[in-house]
Amino acid sequence: MSHVQTIALAQIAPKLGDVAANLACHRQYIAEAVAKQADVIVFPELGLTGYQLQDLTFNVARTLQHDDIVALVNASREIDVIFSFIEESDEHFFYVTGVYAAKGEIVHVHRKVYLPTYGMFDENRYVTSGSQVQPFRTEHGTAGMLICEDAWHVSVPYLHAMQGATMLYVPASSPGRNVMDEHDFGSHTFWRQLLQMYAQLFGTHIVFVNRVGYEDGVHFYGSSGVVGPEGRWLGEAGTSREALVTVTIDHRDVRRARYITPLVRDERLELTLNHLAKIQRK
Amino acid sequence: MKPELEKALRVNAPFTTSVLEGFIRDEVQKVGFQRVVFGLSGGIDSALSAYLATGALGKDAVHAVMMPYRTSSQASLDDAMEVVDDLGIGYTVVDISGPVDAYFDAMDERLEKKASNLRRGNRMARERMSTLYDLSAERNALVVGTSNKTELLLGYGTQFGDMASALNPIGDLYKSQVRQLSAHVGVPRSILDKAPSADLWEDQTDEKELGFSYDDADEILYQWVDVRLSPDEIVERGYDRRLVEHIVTRVQRNQYKRRPPIIAKLSSRTIGIDFRYLRDWGV
Repeated sequence: MSHVQTIALAQIAPKLGDVAANLACHRQYIAEAVAKQADVIVFPELGLTGYQLQDLTFNVARTLQHDDIVALVNASREIDVIFSFIEESDEHFFYVTGVYAAKGEIVHVHRKVYLPTYGMFDENRYVTSGSQVQPFRTEHGTAGMLICEDAWHVSVPYLHAMQGATMLYVPASSPGRNVMDEHDFGSHTFWRQLLQMYAQLFGTHIVFVNRVGYEDGVHFYGSSGVVGPEGRWLGEAGTSREALVTVTIDHRDVRRARYITPLVRDERLELTLNHLAKIQRK
Repeated sequence: MKPELEKALRVNAPFTTSVLEGFIRDEVQKVGFQRVVFGLSGGIDSALSAYLATGALGKDAVHAVMMPYRTSSQASLDDAMEVVDDLGIGYTVVDISGPVDAYFDAMDERLEKKASNLRRGNRMARERMSTLYDLSAERNALVVGTSNKTELLLGYGTQFGDMASALNPIGDLYKSQVRQLSAHVGVPRSILDKAPSADLWEDQTDEKELGFSYDDADEILYQWVDVRLSPDEIVERGYDRRLVEHIVTRVQRNQYKRRPPIIAKLSSRTIGIDFRYLRDWGV
């Protein structure tokens, strides 16, 4: 296993409901990332479909066996690919799903666990929440996937870290809210603080890929980036514009960080479990 | 304005400008248009929209329409001309006195009474809307709206008149934020400094007609709408109860102006109720 890994952040502006156009865009970015010798390319949440789908959910949903999905999985022969779409299960339930594909195979499927249904968000009206937080093996170690709102619940990165993840991938479709604020724009500030803190607390690299573009006036601000286990940003894709940015990380940073500050090692799972059991009994 | 409210309402002007210019570019171009038209009154709101649209699309894609009525002040037209000159954009002046007067001459006679200022003002706003939409078809351009968040919330506008547009870049900015952004994008000083007026009749100012200042309205609206304080909590923070209640009531009473017409539900899928797609659907 190589210590260094080059990650391509595909900060795209998906076209609402146009899977064919988005698929073509994915293929083009994959080809460019291969040319840049990246090891993995990460697309944003619902990059194949657009975000505010509402009743389009029914039309854009794809099973894992659908030709469009198979085509993207096949495109992972030269580079690992993380992509996201509306998955339709055999029982015709709909999920916000992220796939990790490598060497032409699906390595892992993560179904978004936390579906924001408040304020401007309406996800749970259309899709079902996933029920698994399961890290997976990659060529560069154990990774966990969190789709957008999943990362706003501390239990999800915690469960990934406790199951061995040293790398977290966060595809997102995060709109700018409270963007007028003089110093920064609301949700962006929160995201940055959150990811820096998680990276330090859980001793991991975190890859955040947020989309750009507008949907009915809602602005997705991008600002994708990679934060290291010391809480430092190692590379960023900039605000509001489409970009393909590569960031090379060194996994020995995790080794050092976890030796110097062994928070994950010292975590007392038994204590947490006992308390959770007590809380559940109440 | 209270210092803490002034701080809360302060905008990150360069970033907000880039988001709004991106919004105009994206929402105009993805529906297959390249150009926009809008009414330029000489006031701050339409001036800001003019600067944002020009920043987004370039001066050749932006066309201003000045639509004075015979009682409109010359100063307003002069201010509008200053914007047009500064930006180097095309413009058309359409005097709406003829059609508006022709209508009321006939209607006053039929109803045997003189139309109120409200009816006259509404008719002017809709005459302007009608002219803008005609020119939008003629120029193959979309109509850019110029209503800010304060007036949209207060319902201080004419439904299907000045509130009508294809896209509105400034509808989520309170009046005080419009002023900040306008200063940032370079709206001329004479427009920044003058008292806001719909210019529907002589000596009209918005604040005189509303009965309260925009600053007071912004403070109360921001705390009620954005922070979600209750009217009682706002009063506890030192605001006049009558004013708070008056503003809250105004917002509620004018909700109808901000919504498309309601439709009686009969079928299994009804437009606007359970037939849900963004406007960006299929573009």
